[in-house]
Amino acid sequence: MKVSVSKRALLPMAAAAMVTVLAGCGSQIGSPASAGSTTGTGSSCLDTSGSSVKVGFINSLSGTMAISESTVFDSLTLAAEEINASGGVLGKQLQVISEDGASEPTKFAERAGKLIQQDCTAAVFGGWTSSSRKAMLPVFEANDALLFYPVQYEGLEASKNIFYTGATTNQQIIPALDYLAEQGTKSIFLVGSDYVFPRTANKIIQAYAAAHGMRVVGEEYTPLGSTEFSTIVNKVRDSKADAVFNTLNGDSNVAFFRQYKSVGLNAENMPVVSVSIAEEEVPGVGLDNVEGQLTAWDYYQTLDTPANQKFVAAFKAKFGEARVTSDPMEAAYTSLYLWKAMAEKAGSFEVDKIQAAADGVTFEAPEGLVTVNGENNHITKTPRIGKIDSNGLIDTVWSAPKAVEPDPFLTSYDWAKDLAK
Amino acid sequence: MREFVASRWGVRAGSVLAVVLLLVVAPSMLSVFSLGLLGKFICFAIVAVGIGLAWGRGGMLTLGQGVFFGLGAYIMAMHMKLADASLFGGTGVPDFMSLYGSGDVPGWWEPFRSPAVTLLAVALVPGLVALLLGLAVFKRRVKGAYFAILSQALAAAFAVLLIGQQATTGGSNGLSGFRSFFGFDLQDPANKVMLYSIAVIVLLMMMAAARQLMHSRFGELLVAVRDQEERVRFLGYDPATVKTVVYVLAAAMAGIAGALFVPIVGIVSPADVGVVPSIAFLIGVAIGGRATLLGPVLGALGVAVAQTSLASSFPSFWVYFQGLLFVLVIGFLPGGVASVPRALANLLKQGARTEADRSTGAFSAKSGVPQRAPDGLDVSTGPIREEASR
Repeated sequence: MKVSVSKRALLPMAAAAMVTVLAGCGSQIGSPASAGSTTGTGSSCLDTSGSSVKVGFINSLSGTMAISESTVFDSLTLAAEEINASGGVLGKQLQVISEDGASEPTKFAERAGKLIQQDCTAAVFGGWTSSSRKAMLPVFEANDALLFYPVQYEGLEASKNIFYTGATTNQQIIPALDYLAEQGTKSIFLVGSDYVFPRTANKIIQAYAAAHGMRVVGEEYTPLGSTEFSTIVNKVRDSKADAVFNTLNGDSNVAFFRQYKSVGLNAENMPVVSVSIAEEEVPGVGLDNVEGQLTAWDYYQTLDTPANQKFVAAFKAKFGEARVTSDPMEAAYTSLYLWKAMAEKAGSFEVDKIQAAADGVTFEAPEGLVTVNGENNHITKTPRIGKIDSNGLIDTVWSAPKAVEPDPFLTSYDWAKDLAK
Repeated sequence: MREFVASRWGVRAGSVLAVVLLLVVAPSMLSVFSLGLLGKFICFAIVAVGIGLAWGRGGMLTLGQGVFFGLGAYIMAMHMKLADASLFGGTGVPDFMSLYGSGDVPGWWEPFRSPAVTLLAVALVPGLVALLLGLAVFKRRVKGAYFAILSQALAAAFAVLLIGQQATTGGSNGLSGFRSFFGFDLQDPANKVMLYSIAVIVLLMMMAAARQLMHSRFGELLVAVRDQEERVRFLGYDPATVKTVVYVLAAAMAGIAGALFVPIVGIVSPADVGVVPSIAFLIGVAIGGRATLLGPVLGALGVAVAQTSLASSFPSFWVYFQGLLFVLVIGFLPGGVASVPRALANLLKQGARTEADRSTGAFSAKSGVPQRAPDGLDVSTGPIREEASR
């Protein structure tokens, strides 16, 4: 009997509720009401009446990416403290609200929503993996808010709501290929983790190689986190390639370089160019495994610029002598200063005014002078090839003569025409 | 009090209170953002109802509900991607496909262009997968830890499969950036409230269905299979059929939850369907009390709320806390929070009993999960007839 009671009690109620809900639903796409509502929801709840302004940091402080992203969080914190010590932005102190992305795209999207809608931040800084950025992009576009993304990535993207302060492909991968070509490299082997950045990077490398008479003798992928490389390393050795282009991420590098060394390969007989190993990762991979190998970035701790000396000294003073600085950390540090410069140029914290003022904003960054390109919201950067030295730091062995304009869709390269539609 | 809670008026009052709280009070009190969060938790609670049936009532420790959740979520996401592409893009091809793939929509996406097919598929596809798996596994009398490991391996494999297909599933990026839901503008706060309300209603309907099943003869058979599978077999029933039916039901619930998760949260990625989320689904159920009707739902909601508030303040601490809680509950409170009153009552009774009585009391407590349903209906007795399983 009880069964039928619950059925009688719940189902009509559910039906009644469903009718109420559908009666109260909002606009449909294409209906006249939707035209007004889509612009209406983007309005910011930012409050600038007090003596402070809120900014959001979103980094993975737990999960697999925490080891990398917490360093970005540290350098963002440093930048915020420096800015506050020197009087804040437009006379207002920065009030930082930090959220944990937990290495999950869904978490990034959810927490970004909180920083925008609930905390009413003026701008948000952070993200690392491409998946975290792709997850946050619709959130920032829908709310018409600002994200500053500090990590090199695979390009083919330009949102008016994201400022990309890390390198796009023509500021990291293409210069690395130019360098290899200059060194007389005729054949190259591609090794990468199986996700969007290595896949896209290798697509670009294939196109470059085809246009520049370079031969790609192998292209191998392993799942993220994979540590089994004996087959791949043997293939690499047997390929007799002049160089290896490494887009592996995280732990895989440890296993790869260890097994690479064990089959008798090294920086002299087959150099490896890595795009995901920075100062921070060298101890993890093991210095004796990677000493002498090449990296492609736009910043190294050893750069001899006044801004960098100041940045490195301040970072070590705050977080300890043993800590190192890396490219994504520098790009994050720079991103906060760039936002400050944009707000000051615009004379406002409002998103549309900052977007309008962004073009041409400059900052004397640790990596050198950077300029915002208002067309694609990327910044100019100076590509540098580095060699890992015996201290675990990276020395610049080649540097672009001047800062390179960002070209995320590679429109200025004839051979890349088919890549980005 | 117990009698009232279990009575028809108790059920009615409870249902009315839940409907009022969730459908009237919450939307008017909470911000759009908080309501979205609550909507996500409701989706997890729907998965929990299914796990409560399969694990709490059926004894199937399913560590792979993420697979079914993911199937429902990805099917809905594919439909929304295709719908957006024809609404806004004109080409009918989702943006990421032209970026990373050939620029053509693969054949297996095409059926999900149709709203009707999608709505059916979010429940039927997970159900079908569970049916095939259930028949293969339970007919061979695979159970206990072996079934748990198998279901977990499936979740791991599913996530790896999705990551590998960058061009057709979005890989590790997953599917995101939805703008419309069956023609409704997802940016409109009114539509967000509507989505939330649909999730609440679905949850209530699932709970009603679960309650009905629990109190039916089939529900009694299910508990009998959990506690004495061999004896049920000797009585002439096929435990594999009973288990498969409930496993399919739990899978369909997870699929529906996944389909609601996508428009509410706005993204689905392999990180939402793998081993970790599959286990996270289980933790709330275990803590709340897996063999009861309300336990899994309240447990799932409680754990999700605690995670969101605690993880913000102590990011790395939460994972340890969650693990510890799980170990404690499994080790010392197998019936979950829902069993605390009964456990206390037993303790008091035991103190007053003689030595001989205590030994029988200990025997009945040994099976770990409550032998009696929360409303006082004794599920271990009563006739079990052949037609009950049909």
